[in-house]
Amino acid sequence: MTTFLGMPGLPVATERGTLRGPDTFPVAARKALGDTQLRKNLGHATSTIRAKRARVVGELDDWEELRAAGAAIKADVMARLPELLVQLEENVTARGGHVHWARDADEANRIVLDLVRAAGTPDDPVTSVVKVKSMATQEIGLNEALAEAGIAAVETDLAELIVQLSDDTPSHILVPAIHRNRAEIRQIFLDHMPDVDPGLTDEPRVLAMAARAYLRRTFLAARVAVSGANFAIAETGTLAVVESEGNGRMCLTLPQTLVTVMGIEKLLPTWRDLEVFLQLLPRSSTGERMNPYTSMWTGAPRTSGGTADGAPDGPQDLHLVLLDNGRTATLADEAGRQALHCIRCSACLNVCPVYERTGGHAYGSVYPGPIGAVLTPQLAGMHGHGADAPAGGDPVDTLPYASSLCGACFDACPVRIDIPSMLVHLRAKHVETAQAQRRVPGLPASAENAAMSAAAWVMQDAGRFSFAEKGLQLGRLLARDGRIRSLPPPLSAWTTSRDVPAPPAETFRQWWARTRGDRS
Amino acid sequence: MTTSARDEVLGRIRTALGRTGTEAPQPSPVPRDYRTSLGEEPGAPGLLDLLVDRLVDYKATVHRCAPDAVGATVAAALAERGARRLAAPSGLPAGWLAGADVETVTDGATPDGGTLSVATLDAVDGVVTGCAVAVAQTGTIVLDSSPVCGRRALTLVPDYHLIVVRADQVVGSVPEALPRLDPDRPLTWVSGPSATSDIELDRVEGVHGPRTLVVVLVEG
Repeated sequence: MTTFLGMPGLPVATERGTLRGPDTFPVAARKALGDTQLRKNLGHATSTIRAKRARVVGELDDWEELRAAGAAIKADVMARLPELLVQLEENVTARGGHVHWARDADEANRIVLDLVRAAGTPDDPVTSVVKVKSMATQEIGLNEALAEAGIAAVETDLAELIVQLSDDTPSHILVPAIHRNRAEIRQIFLDHMPDVDPGLTDEPRVLAMAARAYLRRTFLAARVAVSGANFAIAETGTLAVVESEGNGRMCLTLPQTLVTVMGIEKLLPTWRDLEVFLQLLPRSSTGERMNPYTSMWTGAPRTSGGTADGAPDGPQDLHLVLLDNGRTATLADEAGRQALHCIRCSACLNVCPVYERTGGHAYGSVYPGPIGAVLTPQLAGMHGHGADAPAGGDPVDTLPYASSLCGACFDACPVRIDIPSMLVHLRAKHVETAQAQRRVPGLPASAENAAMSAAAWVMQDAGRFSFAEKGLQLGRLLARDGRIRSLPPPLSAWTTSRDVPAPPAETFRQWWARTRGDRS
Repeated sequence: MTTSARDEVLGRIRTALGRTGTEAPQPSPVPRDYRTSLGEEPGAPGLLDLLVDRLVDYKATVHRCAPDAVGATVAAALAERGARRLAAPSGLPAGWLAGADVETVTDGATPDGGTLSVATLDAVDGVVTGCAVAVAQTGTIVLDSSPVCGRRALTLVPDYHLIVVRADQVVGSVPEALPRLDPDRPLTWVSGPSATSDIELDRVEGVHGPRTLVVVLVEG
């Protein structure tokens, strides 16, 4: 029988780099856990970044006040989203930018493709674009869509470049190649980077310089760039990209055409709101007081003042694509819409005991970790075993269970997203869906319901309960070294991803009856 | 007639929020109980020390000097670098490069606003600019595309960037910096030289942006 409690799903055809992976979380996690190199790389990286974050967050005695402000600003954004989006559109348009709206990934990809084509001429078409790391464009699978149309998208962030060169997928929101160590990266460069120095060592500085040399010519010749945005300010029309390496500045400054793809939830109402988020984001994500470079531009930027007044400063053909792709569905769930407050800092990944061990690939989504476990099911939908679901059940349904509910993610979240409560909410939602899909009149809706009904009947009566306790001791026959690793169906669903402790030789009630029986 | 994507997305949002009519909700109050100032006047000695501490932490080189020593300090820094040919924005104060033994190419200085090509910028030994504001607590210097900062490309393509920061431009924290900036101008917030931590979270300074950042802090 098939149940929803972590049974392996059959592989399904999905696009790479989107929201729905081929395997359920337990299956993918088991694979990841078998990779000792991966676990070593992840353990080292996450503990390093946790320590850095703790140090710089500890420097601010008003951190909790900043978090509270961040949460309130984001809640206000959601409540006034239509008005703020229209205000942003007006301000971007008034300053020479163009605003496009996309209902879903396909529509967004078509818009970007048309803009890239329009930037070229029949004699001199644009055949490649440079890209700033962007979660939104990964979510819509833009690189793959451009490739199908014969346009190469060159990832320019070092970690994204490592991922792209090795035909891999990102495993972390901030550090997409966190699963690779220096020796692996050196090998990837030697195997896939054109004209690389064969004497390359695995020193991070040497590897970074190889990437600089490889990308520099590309930057200086690029005609079209595609970016995401960390923030958009409704009252001014300003867009902001936060980065470290300068690849973002290159993309946002040198080409003639810039296309920015942004989820509709990334808005901030006022210029002043940046004072909160420019403090929360760098400290939460890279564990720095401030990231090396933040670029802000409003419409098609011009210089001002002096003899060069009004000269173009950066791309003059400027586009903003506002993306829904499941965000309005997320917004519709009052208990789940907080997931849209996320500023993609990835602090929750680094503190998560589950992520630290499985890594990002196990989640099957471009959004891994705790925030991915609440965001992905809402953006992509949980299809259970219904008509829309892949055969064997929807892998996305297993994501809300990819957590021990320890709460570390909530404590780390700079905008106080209550991820644990949302996980519980999504689990309940998932169970309701599964029950509705499988309900047969007169029969319990699921194995879990059947078990719960039986347990209720047993516990209602002291005699039945003590009889059941005797049976419990039979469980000891299944145990090895005090653990039960596998139970017969339907209880096997529980032990797919957990061990059960062997029952005690004597229960408390039995001990009480034996030693104080006369007084009970 | 098909609904436009714009109308449909906005309609979906209204439905998701349970909006039925044309109600326009007012902004919710935001609790701003965090620090909006470090409590020091711009240029206060404590702020300057804090800024220098942060910049050094980011592996930037800092020189402190008196107002009448800017030219000599810049000249010494450029000589140490061995820079011969420098790019500069049109509004660079004349005295800043007066003492330096370098050839200067100026961006946008011609009457038609002629700008230096990317190839030219790639070939110079460095660039010297001023700034709009500096944030002590985070070690951040903001460039705003004004005549003393220049176009964004000017401070991006050369491998060496020297920024002259006046003491009165140094504020305590991010909330103190934003009101001093004009959002209509393209802004670049610089905190140290370009860097990456993408390989094993090990910070490497100097990737695509200028690999060397030198700050001349003018005191008094």
